[in-house]
Amino acid sequence: MRINYEVFSVAFGSIRQNRLRAGLTILGVVVGIFSIIVIMTIITMLQNSIESGFSDLNKNTFQIQKWEAMRMGPHHHGDRNRKDITIEDFDRLQGMLTQALYIGAEQWSFGRVVKYGNKETNPNVQIAGMTIGALRNNNVKVEVGRDFIQTDIDFARNVCLIGMDVVDKIFTGVDPLGQQVIIDGLPITVVGVLERTPQLFGQSKDNYIVFPISSWQIIYGKTGRSVNITVMSHSKEDYNQVIDAAMGYMRTIRKVAPGEDNDFYIFSNESLISQVNDITSGIKIGALVVSIIALLAAGVGIMNIMLVSVTERTKEIGIRKAVGAKRADILIQFLFEAILLCIIGGVIGIALGVGLGNLVGKLINAQTAIPYNWIAIGISTCVFVGVLFGTYPAYKAANLDPIEALRHET
Amino acid sequence: MNENIINIEHISKVYTVGDVKVHALYDVSLRIDSTEYVAIMGPSGSGKSTLMNMLGCLDTPSGGKYDFKTRNVSLMTDNELAEIRNREIGFVFQTFNLLSRSNALHNVELPLIYAGVPSAERKERANQALISVGLGDRVHHKPNELSGGQRQRVAIARALVTNPAIILADEPTGNLDSKTGEEIMLLFHEINQKGNTIILVTHEEYIAQHAARVIRVRDGLVERDEAIVNRYIPGISKPESAVK
Ligand SMILES: Nc1ncnc2c1ncn2[C@@H]1O[C@H](COP(=O)(O)OP(=O)(O)OP(=O)(O)O)[C@@H](O)[C@H]1O
Ligand SMILES: [Mg+2]
Repeated sequence: MRINYEVFSVAFGSIRQNRLRAGLTILGVVVGIFSIIVIMTIITMLQNSIESGFSDLNKNTFQIQKWEAMRMGPHHHGDRNRKDITIEDFDRLQGMLTQALYIGAEQWSFGRVVKYGNKETNPNVQIAGMTIGALRNNNVKVEVGRDFIQTDIDFARNVCLIGMDVVDKIFTGVDPLGQQVIIDGLPITVVGVLERTPQLFGQSKDNYIVFPISSWQIIYGKTGRSVNITVMSHSKEDYNQVIDAAMGYMRTIRKVAPGEDNDFYIFSNESLISQVNDITSGIKIGALVVSIIALLAAGVGIMNIMLVSVTERTKEIGIRKAVGAKRADILIQFLFEAILLCIIGGVIGIALGVGLGNLVGKLINAQTAIPYNWIAIGISTCVFVGVLFGTYPAYKAANLDPIEALRHET
Repeated sequence: MNENIINIEHISKVYTVGDVKVHALYDVSLRIDSTEYVAIMGPSGSGKSTLMNMLGCLDTPSGGKYDFKTRNVSLMTDNELAEIRNREIGFVFQTFNLLSRSNALHNVELPLIYAGVPSAERKERANQALISVGLGDRVHHKPNELSGGQRQRVAIARALVTNPAIILADEPTGNLDSKTGEEIMLLFHEINQKGNTIILVTHEEYIAQHAARVIRVRDGLVERDEAIVNRYIPGISKPESAVK
């Protein structure tokens, strides 16, 4: 067998000679490869963004909530009446989970108005109730004024920490410290102004106010609202141990019988990634199915065009055999042409997929990504399709009788 | 003593067209030794091309036995036949059989490609072969940019380029004027002098007189097989009708 320049030049020459025909034939390959690559590019970009979104601090934190925040489809269990996580649950967990660096509880109320004097914000301020631990876990830092102290929480003092967006809105030219703002009719004293946080996806995260969680519960009520628990481990190394311990204690606290499912949900970094994967895997499978169907259709098209090509070039095959081409030489020549067609289609599909994927990704502010492993899979698939559908025509060409092929009129 | 290259015994070739059986070759036996220069003559349709295809290991006989250099051709594999066609035989087809999309140089290179000759040497040898048939200035022309005679010469260059043991030429001068034809015959003469066997088909007595032996075929049978006494050596003796 001789894979040489002749094989390449004949294949390229033949494709060049039949540009339109070749172009139409590889369209299916382009579509097949494009659809999987574009989806994989976007998903890779999303995953990269999520993973790099975990700051070093966030890497060691996890949350305990009543429900999985992202739910696909209806509940599988009939446990719609799941008990809320209460502040008492939190207190007990705090007592037990001594392995943790910080443990905190928080609750949120959205779309509130904050007034100062005759000024007021739009009804879009987020009001958080937090324990000291929650402040640490959320990396809430006071820029001026003071932080919360435990007695603020123990005695449900009407004090608050105020985000910079709220300051910008209602405290123009006034030092907010010590001023009273009115929230839901209640006067609250500003004791600290929070550091401005870097914007994420072009959105400010500073349009919020923090209360002691006890005060928050007095204003917004204690029942019917579940507390969100956040935990930070000392290090990456004991992160999973702390998760396991927290899960065990929570089961005890909430009296979950052995063998029963948790009646709460732990969001860890892995669980977030795996949730994203759950959502994306459906899309991936869809793209894969489209790809496979397109590639199979394309493969049949390529086989057809190669059979036409063998017939058209019967005389050429006869000439080559007459001057000494062996079966393998002819086989490789036609097989290579089929593979080359597929690879050209694949490369176009990959270029379009990566290009368009990154364009879409840019629109949602995700980081640029090239799904190298899927590109490798795409190219291998092209070669495979070329071999699968090119073998029969190539075999037919290789087995032509030289004298009959020479007599063929074209 | 020259070694035997071709030995065919009772070769026949039957084509079936519809219900009719055509005996292209009826019963042919021949012995051709190395360095021989043989002309095959006969009326149109007498089976000359069929015989040449057989000798060139392109076609297989319906009956009989063919030994090429004492090896039984009918026992050879496809790959062995391809190798013999590539290394031992230079075939000049009656209809040229050139690759229409390739230029003269590439057409002449083709056998060398399948012989695995490296590119630079291939180009050099193909170029030389084209020069020897007087086409040094037409190497980059494609067949449809060449005259009939020029195409024939490309076909001859392709047959010569591998320096094969045998050259089988089916009417190599059929499309050439007498001067160019004479040049080709001189070329064949030189090749024959170097020890290569030449078998050519011709309709012209004058061309046949260049050979040392003439085989006359009629209706798929060898009619006469005789030596030429007054051979015409190109550039030396004058053409005189002298077949005994
Ligand atoms: N493939 C074929 N199928 C049927 N009959 C064939 C085939 N090839 C050749 N023949 C017949 O075999 C006979 C010999 O043909 P061949 O081509 O050998 O003649 P030839 O002597 O070379 O004639 P010419 O001088 O015209 O080239 C002819 O009668 C022809 O019709
Ligand atoms: Mg003929």
